[in-house]
Amino acid sequence: MSTTQDSAETKVVKDATCTFCGCVCDDIDLTVEGTHIVDAKRACVLGNSWFLNHEIEDRPSCHVDGQPASLEAGIERAARILVDANYPLIYGLSDTTSESQRVAVGIADWIGGLVDTTTSVCHGPSGMAFQGVGEVTCTLGEVRNRADMVMYWGSNPAESHPRHFTKYSLMPKGMFVPNGRKDRTCVIVDVRKTKSAKAADLFVQIKPRRDFEGLWTLRALANGIDLDPQTVESDTGVPLNTWQDLFDRMKAARFGVIFFGMGLTMTRGKHANSEALLALTRDMNRHTRFTCKPNRGHGNVTGADNVVAWRTGYPFGVNLTRGYPRFNPGEYTASDVLARGEADAAMIIASDPMANFSQPAREHLASIPYIAFDPKQTPTTRSAAVAFTVATYGINVPGTVYRMDDVPIPLRPAFKSPHPSDLEILKRLSHRIREIQAGVPGRSTHGSGPGS
Amino acid sequence: MPMAETFILIPGRTSQQGCGISEGKFEANYQSEITTLQVAPADMERLALTNGDRVRLRGEHGEIDVAVKAAKKDELPAGILFIAYGDLSSRLMGGDTHGSGMPTSKGLDVELTVLK
Repeated sequence: MSTTQDSAETKVVKDATCTFCGCVCDDIDLTVEGTHIVDAKRACVLGNSWFLNHEIEDRPSCHVDGQPASLEAGIERAARILVDANYPLIYGLSDTTSESQRVAVGIADWIGGLVDTTTSVCHGPSGMAFQGVGEVTCTLGEVRNRADMVMYWGSNPAESHPRHFTKYSLMPKGMFVPNGRKDRTCVIVDVRKTKSAKAADLFVQIKPRRDFEGLWTLRALANGIDLDPQTVESDTGVPLNTWQDLFDRMKAARFGVIFFGMGLTMTRGKHANSEALLALTRDMNRHTRFTCKPNRGHGNVTGADNVVAWRTGYPFGVNLTRGYPRFNPGEYTASDVLARGEADAAMIIASDPMANFSQPAREHLASIPYIAFDPKQTPTTRSAAVAFTVATYGINVPGTVYRMDDVPIPLRPAFKSPHPSDLEILKRLSHRIREIQAGVPGRSTHGSGPGS
Repeated sequence: MPMAETFILIPGRTSQQGCGISEGKFEANYQSEITTLQVAPADMERLALTNGDRVRLRGEHGEIDVAVKAAKKDELPAGILFIAYGDLSSRLMGGDTHGSGMPTSKGLDVELTVLK
């Protein structure tokens, strides 16, 4: 149970939740001096940077066309942009609370727009594969307590999820793996000998862009199909006897798990790669218990999948322009509607497409009016028509996030921010959009000073 | 200009890039990480490259000029390049997602030319 101890100068927030990555570690003890976190006990290198670099941005909470503006003026302009658009896009949502995600999806519905999350450029292809194959899955708690065979495919948790090994998957002593690491076999499959590979009992270095072939080699072995050794080695870069050794280890496990990353989803094959891995996991259940989980990047990207799914029936890339949801990755996903020049306005919440989208998508986003929400300045906030500086979820703002295994986790913020939360602004924006749609005129915002 | 050689580029995450996001995307740590290309030591030697030299990568959808550094030990096989996700890697991505929503962001064919 979390407790907070206050003294005159410092405050300790126990069991705070780190929202930097999808591990969402909720056992961090924060030492807070005023508005600075000076210690983050148990945090990894990424968590330490997340907490210790947190500063209250010394700038207005709202900019309109690059100039400081009141929140009210920003909300009015944002509402007009979204209501006046023919094909507005709401995008991002992976670094905010599920409470905010819920309101954002509601706005997409009111304005008849698209709603997409960073999932589409992360594990969106896996989301497509789930619908084709299904997911034999488990929680990280089950992995911790049961898994004696832990595989990572196209994922480098040593750099992207530094506590994955130690808190959840490899090192912990669990109920059925009492000796921890000694009771587990670790396999890494990757095109690079990443930092994670050091942890492996077996490292399989596969040819780039040949994950599909590697996964189907294992599927063939799992289904008793004879393979030509020369073809296998030529296709995958790995000798058949290495695949056979891996399969034998998988088959001998009592509880196996494959964590997979963007090495599969971002590479040629994409959803076909994820589908092959999900199907392999299913095949392995003819021999023993096997599960799989995508290693998710952002702190609440899993929450975005959950919230968009329970609000629209689909996890990402949803078109609400006809008044009912339609789902079609490649057609309604953010990268596509921007690169094709289709969206005529956008609202970007807690993500930075101007830093990581394709060049044609970025060029189009820069050419249309858009609203951006972020605690920090980013390439996306700098080019926004309306930019809101918001409080940081988990550090300043309470709420709910979903860990990568779909387990909801409460946030325990360290201190308040003078900036509003994105939830507060989104609620006001939603209200104002409804007013405009009902014909309620706007109040004059002329002469209003900058927000706090 | 020297002849171009074909490589496969793997953009990806690094812990320094992750820490840089929290420090600020306009700060030195993040900027240096996303603008440095890692090259296998064998390729560095073969191309007579030293850390800090600049190369041009040309892909199907764009081109970038970037500084290089030798990858650690055997982290990268010869013929494979690595760069942390960011502005430069995005410039080499195409807009087409092949019906998936995801642009091909890893395993990009690029032609490398040494700039001297």
